[in-house]
Amino acid sequence: MRILYGLTLPDSGEIQVGGQVVNIRSPRDAIAVGIGMVTQHFSLVRPMSVAENIILGRARGVRLDVDAARRLARDASERYGITVAPDAIVGNLSVGEQQRVEILKALARDCRILIMDEPTAVLVPHEVDALFATLRRLVAEGLSVVFISHKLGEVRAICDRVSVLRRGRMTGTVPGSTDERDLARMMVGRPTFGVGRAMADERLVGPPRLRVDHLTARGAHGLDVLRDVSFAVAPGEILGVAGVSGNGQTELGEVLSGMRRPTAGSVRVDDVELAGATPQAIMAARVGRIPEDRHACLVLDMSVAVNLMLERVDDFLVGGRLDQRRILEHAQDLIARYAIKAGPHDRVGTLSGGNIQKVLLARVLSRDPRVIVVSQPTRGLDVGATEYVRTELLARRAAGAAILLVSEDLDELLALSDRLVVFYEGRIVGEVSAEDADPERLGMLMAGRGVAA
Amino acid sequence: MNWIFDLIAATLRTATPLVFGTIGETYAERAGVLNLGIEGTMYAGAFSGFAGAYLTGSVLVGLALAVVVGITSGAIMAVMTVTLGANQHVSGLGLTIALVGLSDFSNKLLFSGSGTDLKRIEPFPAWDPFAGLGDVGAIFNQYGLTYVAFLVVAPVAWWVLGRTPLGLSIRAVGENPEAADAAGISVARIRYLALMIGGGLMATGGAFITLAVLGSFTLDIIAGRGWVCIALVIFGRWRIWRGVGGALIFAAVFSLGLRLRIVPGGDAVPPELLLALPYLAVIAALAVSGRNVAYPGAYLKPYRRT
Amino acid sequence: MTRRYDLSRAGIMGATTSGTARVSIMAVLITVGFTTTLFLLAGANPIEAYLQYLVVPLTKQFTLLEVLVASTPILLTGAAVAIAFRAGFWNIGAEGQLLAGAVAAAAIGPLVGDLSPWLAIPLMIAGGALAGAAWVLVPALLRVRLGIDEVVTTLLLNPVALLMVNALLHGPWRDPKTGFPESPRIAASAIYPDLIPKSRLHLGFVVALVVILVAWFVMTRTAAGLRMRAVGLSPHAARFAGMNVERTLLRVALVSGAIAGIAGVGEVAGIQHKLTSGLSSGFGYTGIVVAMLGGLTMPGVLLAGLLLGDLTVGASSASRALNIPSEMGEVVQGVLLLVTVGLLAVRHGRVTRSDPPPDEAEVDLEPAGAGSGEPGPRAPVEPVPI
Repeated sequence: MRILYGLTLPDSGEIQVGGQVVNIRSPRDAIAVGIGMVTQHFSLVRPMSVAENIILGRARGVRLDVDAARRLARDASERYGITVAPDAIVGNLSVGEQQRVEILKALARDCRILIMDEPTAVLVPHEVDALFATLRRLVAEGLSVVFISHKLGEVRAICDRVSVLRRGRMTGTVPGSTDERDLARMMVGRPTFGVGRAMADERLVGPPRLRVDHLTARGAHGLDVLRDVSFAVAPGEILGVAGVSGNGQTELGEVLSGMRRPTAGSVRVDDVELAGATPQAIMAARVGRIPEDRHACLVLDMSVAVNLMLERVDDFLVGGRLDQRRILEHAQDLIARYAIKAGPHDRVGTLSGGNIQKVLLARVLSRDPRVIVVSQPTRGLDVGATEYVRTELLARRAAGAAILLVSEDLDELLALSDRLVVFYEGRIVGEVSAEDADPERLGMLMAGRGVAA
Repeated sequence: MNWIFDLIAATLRTATPLVFGTIGETYAERAGVLNLGIEGTMYAGAFSGFAGAYLTGSVLVGLALAVVVGITSGAIMAVMTVTLGANQHVSGLGLTIALVGLSDFSNKLLFSGSGTDLKRIEPFPAWDPFAGLGDVGAIFNQYGLTYVAFLVVAPVAWWVLGRTPLGLSIRAVGENPEAADAAGISVARIRYLALMIGGGLMATGGAFITLAVLGSFTLDIIAGRGWVCIALVIFGRWRIWRGVGGALIFAAVFSLGLRLRIVPGGDAVPPELLLALPYLAVIAALAVSGRNVAYPGAYLKPYRRT
Repeated sequence: MTRRYDLSRAGIMGATTSGTARVSIMAVLITVGFTTTLFLLAGANPIEAYLQYLVVPLTKQFTLLEVLVASTPILLTGAAVAIAFRAGFWNIGAEGQLLAGAVAAAAIGPLVGDLSPWLAIPLMIAGGALAGAAWVLVPALLRVRLGIDEVVTTLLLNPVALLMVNALLHGPWRDPKTGFPESPRIAASAIYPDLIPKSRLHLGFVVALVVILVAWFVMTRTAAGLRMRAVGLSPHAARFAGMNVERTLLRVALVSGAIAGIAGVGEVAGIQHKLTSGLSSGFGYTGIVVAMLGGLTMPGVLLAGLLLGDLTVGASSASRALNIPSEMGEVVQGVLLLVTVGLLAVRHGRVTRSDPPPDEAEVDLEPAGAGSGEPGPRAPVEPVPI
């Protein structure tokens, strides 16, 4: 979609609009051929009125013709049933109304192909209905709509045809009335098992070490991104968190890392309450955190050696000063043990993605954590690094750590996890053990079709 | 009663450079750039206005020169912060230091002034259309530029910012440059324009002091008015008329303070306290509104298309 | 205003890594080119002018000492600003903090006549440091508690400090005999002794060197310094690693204000021996130039401070010898700052443009049906053309 809208350039291939090959290198080009896009990230100027937002960049002349915009809004309202007050200040509108303004903007630019990217992610149910009504009317007027979503229920409700993308490839295009299970299978496919692991273990008995109860957190737009989430992880167990990106997994990782405060609920590690605790306290409870955003959680301009000890600076002092010798030794030790291809004085920012991840791993795992919270551990890594990371995690599991593994890679989850939970719209909608994990069923859960079948 | 009219007249006069400066800075900040070069720009405007008038014998030429200098200053700021993406506050400070230095340098060079031997020019004549109205008429005995400031510049600036496509673009760029870019607006071009317009206005404010009020240029002639304008812009919540109102309030307090000293017992309140009020008021206002101060959304961030 | 990632700050933080010296040297060269034109306009021979500005002051003992005197306050303000900037606290208020320190010195100075200098001077310095820290306290708290940008708040307190000084000088501290706006002289025991008799070089220079040395040690060799640098480079990573970002910022701000206050003490105790209105000729702002030119490091501040001190003295001697207005010194400062900052920005743009070594297959592992989600990994940056 980013390519269609000119935000990214393709490496090869062509785009045709109306039978003509088009060259789209920027959003302006896309708009010029009639493509409009509405993303989750609204590009609206909040203190301005709806009318002003609509005519932004298109106004000509000396006087601002706000009336033209008002007329447009009224037309749209009549033709498409999109009701929005032209003089309302965008910042005061509800999210659903703001989305309608975005659609209006696209229509004002004579868009004939409207791309909607996960539009219901920020809407409450009655707004979803309103949106669908709008889309149906647009289509009736001759507009084409590309509706991006991972929510099977919605897709089947509103779409005439469905194209499924998996790992960057098209798996197929089918009618919108296709059976859900078939769709789910197309989404998830036949998983290939990579790293082997010890199968059903005896050791999985024991009181849970990490307990999360009724965890709730608020995100942007004032909506809850985590809704009453509860789960537990036992020592020597890997609990996998599956789900399409954007369903609360990122926020879960942030809460457990101490980088986001929950609004309700509890997080306990061996009876220590950690909900809303500082990273300091969380680390003191021997929780290791391997974050999703590696670049933001390391000081890229500082050396490998410093980053490796950044979580426990006070352990490396001598006579009140930093013990340079021990810092260096510590770094050399970890570099060897974790096969980091870098020198201790190299700036972390210059390392390859795999080695950056190894630095994080080394920093965290060398402290022998009893609980590990890890998100997207192998995203962007090559095969070798991926194998390494997965082997390490399994080793930790064998050593008795309780591991929470959040990943968008279903294969990875299936290969490493003992149990899986599925996140959808901030809730856990299903839990399965690894042996019983049926990709099709997982796909359904991830796509919001729950327990029914 | 006389002294009230006198006070009003003095207020308008004192507020004039502040009005120019505040409106100029408002344009820059609404486009998303904090222009700390305002103090230097007003200073350079004061000097170049004077120099132009002295060398050519025409105050109008002086004023034109000041405007050109101001526009150039805005352009330099734009090159630094928009094209190069340099840190805004340090760029602005560097510009202020450089412009003040250049002005003083040129002053020494051209006029080798040494205090007592101040060059003088014939300032703009005051315009007194209502001379016949007696005491009340004192209010209207103002320089042409004062009339221009309140009756032309302020309304036009307000109208342009709020009611024209250019103003719409400026506001969009300052609030959400990604949205503006997506709408086809050249963020860089708009910021250049805003900074240059702002610079021209700031320099005019400075030139007012040399060309109208004093008739000559002395060191430290701006004496921190640029920083006052920075405060007034925030005080006015980045709105033109509120900024003008703030300028009037400050000028009134200042003029009042001067007059109070002559009144017996008026010595009790140090005038410096009154002069410090705008700064303290702005800091207090920021503290009270906290996170809710509606800074232009893209304030201080250079825009890079990612 | 909530804190948001400010791209332009990153450009300056890059100043602390390798290549800083190159940037500073290039900045000096470009400035030299610009000022050559000015020299020519002034009717002077540029080569002669540079000699006068840079070299001549170092040749005679008297002027050499004057260079050190001129460097004293800006070494301290430069250190104060560098420390703050390095941690990500944009202290533009060193000028006001310096004046606050001067006021404290002028207040304490006359009262310590009965104490030995060994007690009086440290007392005065402590008072000045406290005053400087107090002057930055409100902006620091506003930043740490409410997330309010400290640039404007520290900046606006500068004129307030000057007004305070004037109020004192025209009011309770006006010299009753002469009516001049000068404060009473500080006691003899509070006066900074001259380091070299018959020169103006005073204890303040040693104080500056000591402060710079201690600051360097703390910044590079202690845990506190490491925290401060980490917070400045990546507050998110620092917080993730367990550091208390707010506390670090507050501490750094207070230390910065204190050092600027000590600069003010030096001007009172070492030069004027009382508070006067012309005490500071923009030392706080020059400190910003020194800090930037010095790449926000203490050795850099030392060199840059001495260079600018050299320039200041050279400017006045050149004005006498070659008839070039001494204001050239300020022009040079301003241009130096602009050029330094501009070069840093360009360099940062170049640094961001290069991707890490591509030794892995960057496959986008998005599961089927997912939306295009957030804007992906940061693509290389290009300046937006007009």
